[in-house]
Amino acid sequence: MAKQDLITLESDDRIGAAADRLSMDRREFLQFCAAMATTLGLPQGADAAVAEAVANKERPSVIWLHFQECTGCTESMLRAEHPTLEKLILDVISLDYHETLFAAAGHQVEEARLAAMKRHKGKYLLVVEGAIPTRDGGVYCKIGGKTAIELLKECAADAAAVIAMGSCASWGGMPSTIPSIPGATESPTGSSGVAQVLGKPVVTIPGCPPNPYNFLSTVVHFLTFGKLPAVDEKGRPKFAYSRLIHENCERRAHFDAGRFAMEFGDDGHRKGYCLYKLGCKGPETYANCSVIMFGDAGAGTWPVACGHPCIGCTEEGVGFAKPIHAMAKMKNIEPSVFLPRIVEEKGIGATLGSAAVLAAVAGAAAGAGAMVAKNLGLSHQAAELERAKQEGKQADETTGA
Amino acid sequence: MSAHHPAVPVGGKLLNTATAVCGVLIMAMLAVLLVRFIFGLGAVTNLNDGYPWGIWVIFDVIIGSAFACGGFSVAMLVYIFNRGEYHPLVRPALLASLFGYTLAGVGVIFDLGRWWNFWHIFWPGYANPNSVMFEVAVCISAYITVMWIEFSPVFLEKWGLTVQKKRLEKVLFFFIALGTLLPMMHQSSLGTMLVVMGPQVNPLWQTPVVPLLYLLSAITVGYGIVLFESCVASAAYRREIEMHLLQPMAKIMLGVLGLFLAVRLGDLVVRGALGHAFAASLEAFFFWLELFCFVLPYLLIGSAAARRNPARLFLAGIALMCGAMLMRVNGFLIGYDTGLGVDHGWHYFPSIAEMLVTIGMFSVEVLAYIIITRRFPVLPREEAAAAH
Amino acid sequence: MKQPSHPHTEPEAGSQGRRNFLKRLLAGGAAAAAAVAPEVACARDTLQRPPEALGLLYDATLCVGCQACVAACKQANANPAEFTAVDKLWDTPLDTSGHTFNLIKMYRNGTMENKDAEQNGFAFMKTSCMHCADPSCVSACPVSAMTKNPVNGIVGYDPDICIGCRYCVAACPFGIPKYQYDSPTGQIGKCELCRHRHKDGHYSACAEVCPTGATLFGRSEDLLAEAKRRLALKPGEWTTMPRGRLPAKDETPEQAAQWKGPLNQDYQAQAGAYLQHVYGEKEYGGTQVLKLSAVNFQKVGMPDLPPKSSAATSETIQHTLYGGLIMPVAVLAGLTWVARRNVVAEAGEEQDKQGEA
Repeated sequence: MAKQDLITLESDDRIGAAADRLSMDRREFLQFCAAMATTLGLPQGADAAVAEAVANKERPSVIWLHFQECTGCTESMLRAEHPTLEKLILDVISLDYHETLFAAAGHQVEEARLAAMKRHKGKYLLVVEGAIPTRDGGVYCKIGGKTAIELLKECAADAAAVIAMGSCASWGGMPSTIPSIPGATESPTGSSGVAQVLGKPVVTIPGCPPNPYNFLSTVVHFLTFGKLPAVDEKGRPKFAYSRLIHENCERRAHFDAGRFAMEFGDDGHRKGYCLYKLGCKGPETYANCSVIMFGDAGAGTWPVACGHPCIGCTEEGVGFAKPIHAMAKMKNIEPSVFLPRIVEEKGIGATLGSAAVLAAVAGAAAGAGAMVAKNLGLSHQAAELERAKQEGKQADETTGA
Repeated sequence: MSAHHPAVPVGGKLLNTATAVCGVLIMAMLAVLLVRFIFGLGAVTNLNDGYPWGIWVIFDVIIGSAFACGGFSVAMLVYIFNRGEYHPLVRPALLASLFGYTLAGVGVIFDLGRWWNFWHIFWPGYANPNSVMFEVAVCISAYITVMWIEFSPVFLEKWGLTVQKKRLEKVLFFFIALGTLLPMMHQSSLGTMLVVMGPQVNPLWQTPVVPLLYLLSAITVGYGIVLFESCVASAAYRREIEMHLLQPMAKIMLGVLGLFLAVRLGDLVVRGALGHAFAASLEAFFFWLELFCFVLPYLLIGSAAARRNPARLFLAGIALMCGAMLMRVNGFLIGYDTGLGVDHGWHYFPSIAEMLVTIGMFSVEVLAYIIITRRFPVLPREEAAAAH
Repeated sequence: MKQPSHPHTEPEAGSQGRRNFLKRLLAGGAAAAAAVAPEVACARDTLQRPPEALGLLYDATLCVGCQACVAACKQANANPAEFTAVDKLWDTPLDTSGHTFNLIKMYRNGTMENKDAEQNGFAFMKTSCMHCADPSCVSACPVSAMTKNPVNGIVGYDPDICIGCRYCVAACPFGIPKYQYDSPTGQIGKCELCRHRHKDGHYSACAEVCPTGATLFGRSEDLLAEAKRRLALKPGEWTTMPRGRLPAKDETPEQAAQWKGPLNQDYQAQAGAYLQHVYGEKEYGGTQVLKLSAVNFQKVGMPDLPPKSSAATSETIQHTLYGGLIMPVAVLAGLTWVARRNVVAEAGEEQDKQGEA
């Protein structure tokens, strides 16, 4: 971890150099590092580690491949503010191949890619954007005469880590939608995710597009600690994809209170009620859109806040598979602790006071009864004695007489 | 002795320890009732959603009216079965019954949540003849009226209204007949009230013959009450106990008790419910306690010799009272579970305030008994009465 | 002391007197027994659901425990919140009460990992009035404050008639009617199927708001058919689930216009692993609120009831004994005759005595 904390680092020369390099002032640079660490959900002190890493380390090489994509993921990344794109590609990482951003094209670019791969063999990050067609040998996407499958395998062979950027690369995304034709079992071109083609797990950053900071934080984590952040069984970084949209949704209280928008534009919709009945897939989609939203523009910058139900774009089997207005299945239902059990203990049983009063009353009654019985018994005894005496007297008289 | 014994007031001071204690308890009851009517039932009782009926209904009304069956049992003996020799027992038994039932009727008002609507139960547009409670309410109200009429000769005698008394006595036979029919109807129906509760009542007490059981137990406890009350009155007023009446009556009591026990146990066997008595449960324990109380009189006064001992008669009366009380508490409270075995987790035990009202009601009865026996001609003249 | 002989009958020798007395006692006892022994002659059959009965279908496997129905019911009936937690922030009733007419309870077992699993799982159950075909509360109520509408079968309550005796609370096998003990003018509270909203075109609020269609409103006949349809599916089979209101198959547009809200909120969902039993189909003659569950019904708080209602048993006894007041009048006539004979004879004997004296 960091050897110093962020405040003492501020006066560090290396930080100054890094800040200059990135054309930020020191304060701004350290804030950027802190923001990165926060997005990653790292513990205290990590912000300084990030700062040191950025300041010290040599910029990692990144090879970015494009396959069956709309370039939305790149576009999303272009909208990042911290760091801004130019700072990112010029100073944080060394972007050694990117079809969208490169001015050059054709053989020059291919040469640049191969050179970078050779120079940074075993150390570069491979980022893949877009799905890979697998039908008919993958001929539906070819770059530089090579199919996407070939290209991917070639670049992944010597990469230090592979990151699938966006839903298409993560699990096939929109191109992988199975058409509603009787008998269809796969998409027209057999679009698949990176992990499926490579046959080994990779880090996936699903989303359509994903929030750029999910990707950037992953890269900076790699840069800082030399390894990728903790991921779930689908390769998704847990800091971004371990919770459902539903769990952090700003409209969750409306769901819990039963206030739903029934139609677009109706009274409930205007009041910002829950969109579950309009098909919101929040309850079955793992992502952090409801937390960090998009565009760094404050509140209201994600679909639900704008009044449209979540379509589950990160989630395989939900996004681009289930109709937008079809009802979501509630995943991970953790019922409220406030739900009463079938049997709850209720009512007031015997308290010390009431039991004591009852005992006292019963005791008094028993005592009084015993007394009366005793007196009656005694008087009976006396009467019996009298009678015996009388009978004795009579007997004497009769015998006597 | 003739059929009509001259009854005279006992006389003596009205203010003594017993009446003073009663007075204090009644004051406490009135205080609780004030709070109840201002703030609601929840403010003084432990009634809850699982136990809507507590001791006010079970004790003051159901058990209270069962204990008030002395008048009914003795009147039936004297006027229907023509055993005129028991006539001296009629007035005191009737007095206890009169107040027991009147208090039960008044006590109902305390328990009704919307008591200002109570007249609806008599109103043709509202009354629901299918409801057991409707029949109980109408019969008890009618019976209270009948008893006041039956008892009015006492007041007419005291106030010297002999003409009115004679007129009344000409038609008294009809009220006596009513006064025998009505308790048969409502005492049995107090038991029938359990039937609609279905399986919420433990099978040890839920049976189609419950009306017969409640009727028989009411008749026999009526005699038991007479035993109890005769002994207590004699002890309190230092009078002779009418052993010559109590002894044979005790035999009759045992006879009816035997019939009751036969029906009770026979019903349990026929329905196959006896197994519940052997479960390790509170209900089973109370069942055996109840049965023991019902059997105890045989052990106490089974023999003629034992019946000569007033202490044993007294205790036998108490045993029967306990048995009848337990039978009703067991059916309506201990054996009642709103969850039908699914156990909805409810608990109930009366609060102190609730108990104060029940005790207060009992005190009213005791106080009224003392005042009326001392000032009105109820108890038969005692030749060697020692004025208290 | 000698037993005094009674003046106006033939002086009977001891044992003969006893024998006659016992005879009379037995006769009286037999009469009493005949009078109170149960049924036979006037058996009252268990009532069944009326043909146009309205009700609900609750499918526990569709329920997600969101409690929207609890909130909607509170709002529709203007009921206050009930606080049972230390910090009084949320409406958290533990059971239905005089102020809570609808509640979702949760069944919990073991690790509570899987929904609708009886072992190591959890499940939800809606608790509200079942609107029985033969309601115990209606039979018990002495003043007809609880009534069953003859057409739509809704069990309604009128606080202006009620005397607050709470017999309905004791009688209901589901423990539904509850009294408001916290008020000096408390009344009974229970679900009345939102009948006060029907004239405005609104049906039961719980069904209106349920996001998954776990609570469905409609005619009991149609809901029963829908329940049976679901039971015939395989667990996990995709099917169309309705939400809100289930229209009758032959519903005319005029009939549909009676109700507000979207007509069709159908969606695709998977059938649950139902127990093959529609709760409320036959219990106590049937109820208008039907339930489907994957967990044993008794474990989720629904009692095991026979087809014969306890109201039928209770009313049979009452009708047999007191129907038309035939038996009471007959017994009264007999008692009057006996009492008159005894009392008149007594008065005569008194006169004789006075004459003698």
